[in-house]
Amino acid sequence: MPTQLVERQRPGSPLRGLGGRGRGPSGGGAAPGREPAPVGTGLLGVAAFLAAVTMLFLAFTSAYLVRRQETGWVEFAAPWVLWLNTAVLLSSSVTLDWARRRIRSGDVAGLRRGVEATATLGLLFVLGQVVAWRQLAAQGLFLTTNPHSSFFYVLTAVHGVHLLGGIAALALVLVGTWSGRYTAQNHAGITNCATYWHFMALLWVYLFVLLFWV
Amino acid sequence: MDAVAVHQPEAAHEAHPKESFIRHYIFSLDHKMIGKQYFLTTMFMALVGGAMAMLMRAHLGWPDNGVLNPEQYLQTVTMHGTIMIFFFLTVMLTGGLGNLLIPLMIGARDMAFPFLNMVSYWTFVPGVLTILASFFVPGGPAGNGWTSYAPLSGVPAAEGGAGLGQTLWIIAILFVVVSSLFGSLNFLTTILNMRTRGMSMGRLPLTIWGAFVTAVLALLTFPVLMAALGLLLLDRVAGTSFFEPSNLIIGGGAVAHQGGDPLLWQHLFWFFGHPEVYILILTPMGVVSDIISAFSRKPIFGYKAMVLSISAIGFLSFLVWGHHMFVSGMHPLLGAAFMGSTIIIAVPSAIKTFNWCTTLWHGRIHFTTALLFAIGFVSVFVTGGLSGIFLAIAPVDIYLHDTYFIIAHFHFVMASASLFAILAATYYWYPKFFGRMMNETLGKIHFALTFIGIYGTFYPMHFIGIHSNDRRLYENTAYPFLANTGPVDVFISLSAFLLGFAQLFFIFNFFWSLKHGPAAGPNPWRANGLEWTTTTPPPHGNWEGELPTVYRWPYDYSVPGAKDDYVPQTVQAVPVAASAGGGEA
Repeated sequence: MPTQLVERQRPGSPLRGLGGRGRGPSGGGAAPGREPAPVGTGLLGVAAFLAAVTMLFLAFTSAYLVRRQETGWVEFAAPWVLWLNTAVLLSSSVTLDWARRRIRSGDVAGLRRGVEATATLGLLFVLGQVVAWRQLAAQGLFLTTNPHSSFFYVLTAVHGVHLLGGIAALALVLVGTWSGRYTAQNHAGITNCATYWHFMALLWVYLFVLLFWV
Repeated sequence: MDAVAVHQPEAAHEAHPKESFIRHYIFSLDHKMIGKQYFLTTMFMALVGGAMAMLMRAHLGWPDNGVLNPEQYLQTVTMHGTIMIFFFLTVMLTGGLGNLLIPLMIGARDMAFPFLNMVSYWTFVPGVLTILASFFVPGGPAGNGWTSYAPLSGVPAAEGGAGLGQTLWIIAILFVVVSSLFGSLNFLTTILNMRTRGMSMGRLPLTIWGAFVTAVLALLTFPVLMAALGLLLLDRVAGTSFFEPSNLIIGGGAVAHQGGDPLLWQHLFWFFGHPEVYILILTPMGVVSDIISAFSRKPIFGYKAMVLSISAIGFLSFLVWGHHMFVSGMHPLLGAAFMGSTIIIAVPSAIKTFNWCTTLWHGRIHFTTALLFAIGFVSVFVTGGLSGIFLAIAPVDIYLHDTYFIIAHFHFVMASASLFAILAATYYWYPKFFGRMMNETLGKIHFALTFIGIYGTFYPMHFIGIHSNDRRLYENTAYPFLANTGPVDVFISLSAFLLGFAQLFFIFNFFWSLKHGPAAGPNPWRANGLEWTTTTPPPHGNWEGELPTVYRWPYDYSVPGAKDDYVPQTVQAVPVAASAGGGEA
C-alpha cells in the first residue's frame, strides 16, 4: 500500500491494484441491480454465529471439566431415550441435506418434503429430550441434585433452545417454498440452514459424548 | 440473493415512499439512524454512570457528611463500573461508532443485515431499562462490583445489593451480550463482504481495522460471559452450585449450596473480561490514527505495523486473563506464564504509540478539538500503559492488586482513553452526520477542563494506591496508615467535580450546534475517507447514484507534487501541481 506518488503515475495507465470484493462496473454491494454479493454473505453470518455458539459451549465444557475433577462428583447413566434422540437428530441432518441436494437440481417439491421431514424430526428430538428429562426426574435427578445433573439439564436446554431457533428458520424456509423463492441457482438460504443444522446435530453428539462417555 | 440479507431493492433508494415516524425514527433499518439511537442512549447512560461517580467522590472526599451508607457506597461503585463499561463504552464503540461509520467508510449502502441491526438496538434497550429498574427494587441495585465475584454474587442473602438487584443485573447484562453478539456478527460480515470496488483490506482506514478486530473479539468472548452469567443466574434462582462452595456461612446462617468453585467464576469472567478491555480500546486506537493523520496532513506512520499491531493485540488478548487473578492462589508457574504474555502484549501497543507520535512529527498540525482529544488519548494511554507495566509484574501486582493504583491504571488506559477517542470521533464526524460544525471555542474549553479533570482525579490515585489504599473501601479513615490521605481524597473529589462540570460544555455544544452551528459542507476537514465523498448528511443508501470506486488507501495527505494536500480514496490519478518537482520532500 505505498503512497501513490505523483511522479510515478502515468496518465492513462490502467487501473492498478483493483482490490476489494467488487467485480465488474457496478460494485460489490449486496443490493440487487448490482452484481450479486460475493457468495456467502448469509453463510458468513451463519459461520460467525456458529463461532459464537462454539465459544458458548467451550465455556460450558471448561466449567464442566473443572467441576468434574472436584469433590462430590457422581455420574448417572444415560437415559436410553437419548440414543433414540441422537438417531432422530442425525436422521434429520440426512433429510435436510437431501433437501439441499434436491433444490440444487431445481426440485422444489423435494425441497419442501425434505424440509418438512427435517422440521418434524427436529421437533421429535426436542420432545425426546423432554422425555429424557422426565425419565431423569423419575429417578430423582433434578437440576440441583448433583453437579452432573445440573450440567445435563443446562447443556441440553441450551442446545435445545438453539435447535428450536433452527426449527424456526426451517419454518421460514417452508414459507419461502410456497412463494417460489428457492431455485436451482438461488438457494443460499437452504445452504445456510443446512450448515447451521448439521452443526447443531454434531454439537449434540459432542455433548452426549462429553456428558456420558469421556 | 441471500435469504438472510434483507436489503432494499435499488429502485427503492431513488423513489422511497415516505416512511412513517415509527418506521423512520423508532424501528429504522438505516445504520445511520440506528447509530444515532445507540449514540444518544449510550451518552445518556454515560451521564448516569457519571452521576454514580460524582456520588462516590462526594462521599470519599467528605466521608462524615453521610452522603452514602456502606451498602449504598458499594452499590454506587458497582453501578458506576457496570454502566460505564457495559452500557456506555462497549455499546457506544460498537453500536454507536461502528454503525455510523462502517458502511460509509467501506463504501456500502448499509450493513449486511439491516433487520438484525435494528433487532440489536432493540435488544439493548430492554437491558438499559432492566439495569435502570434495578435501582428501584427492594434492596437496591447490585452491590458486588462490576466483576460480580462469586460466592458473594451467587447468594441473595449476602448483603444489600445482593437481592433482586443482582438478579436484574445479570439479566440486563445478558441483554447487552445478545445485542452485542448480533452487532458483531453484522459488523464482521459487512466489513468482509460489503466493501466497494477497489476497497481491499489493505486500503481500509484504521478505524475499520479496529472495528473489525473488535467484532472478532466480541464474537468470541461475549458467549463466555453469557455462559458464566447463565450459570450464576441458576445458582441464584434455581439453587444450583456451579460457583457456590460448601460450608459457606453468611450472616450466621449456613448456605445451602455445596461443591461449587468460586475460582471458576473468576476464570470464566476474566477470559471474557480481558478481551473486553481490548474491545474498548481497539476501535479508539483506529479512530485516533485516522484523526491524527488527517490533522497532521501526513499519512499514518507505519500502516502495516498498525494493522499487525491491532491484530496481534486482538490475538494476545486471549492469553493474558490470569493477570487479573495473580492473588487468587494460582501456581507461581502459571502466574509467570501470564506475566510473560502480559508483558508481550505491551509491545504492539507501544508500536502504535510510537507511530502516532511519528505521524505528528513535522506535520502541518491543525489543532482542532478533535485532534486535541486524539493527542489527549495518546497522553492518557501512555500514562495508563506505563502503570500497566508495573502491574504486569506478578510480585508487584500482588502488592498493588485491589488498590487505587489499579483504579488509576484502568481509568487512564481504558476509561479516559476510550472516552477521549469517543469525544474526538464526535467532534470529527459530527459535521458529516448533522450537517453542522460544533463550536470550536466551547470544544477547546471542554478539552482543557476535561484533560485537567482527568489528570487531577486519577493521577493522585497512583500514590494513595502505592500507599495501600484499597479500592471499594467505604471508609479510608478506618485504617491508621490512611489517616493522612484525607486531603488527597478532597483534591481528587474536587477534580472529579471539575471533570463532571466540563462535560456540560460538550452537552450544550452538541445540542446547540444542531440548530445554530455553521453549516458544514461535505468535507469540512479536507480528509480522505470515503465518508467525506458523499453529501452531508449522507442520504439513505449513503451515496446518490453509484457507489464510489476506490483507487488508493486513505492516507494520501501532502503527496509531494500534488495540487491539494489530500487525495481522496476515489481519485484515480493525482493531478500534478503547477510547480511540479518543487514540492517538499
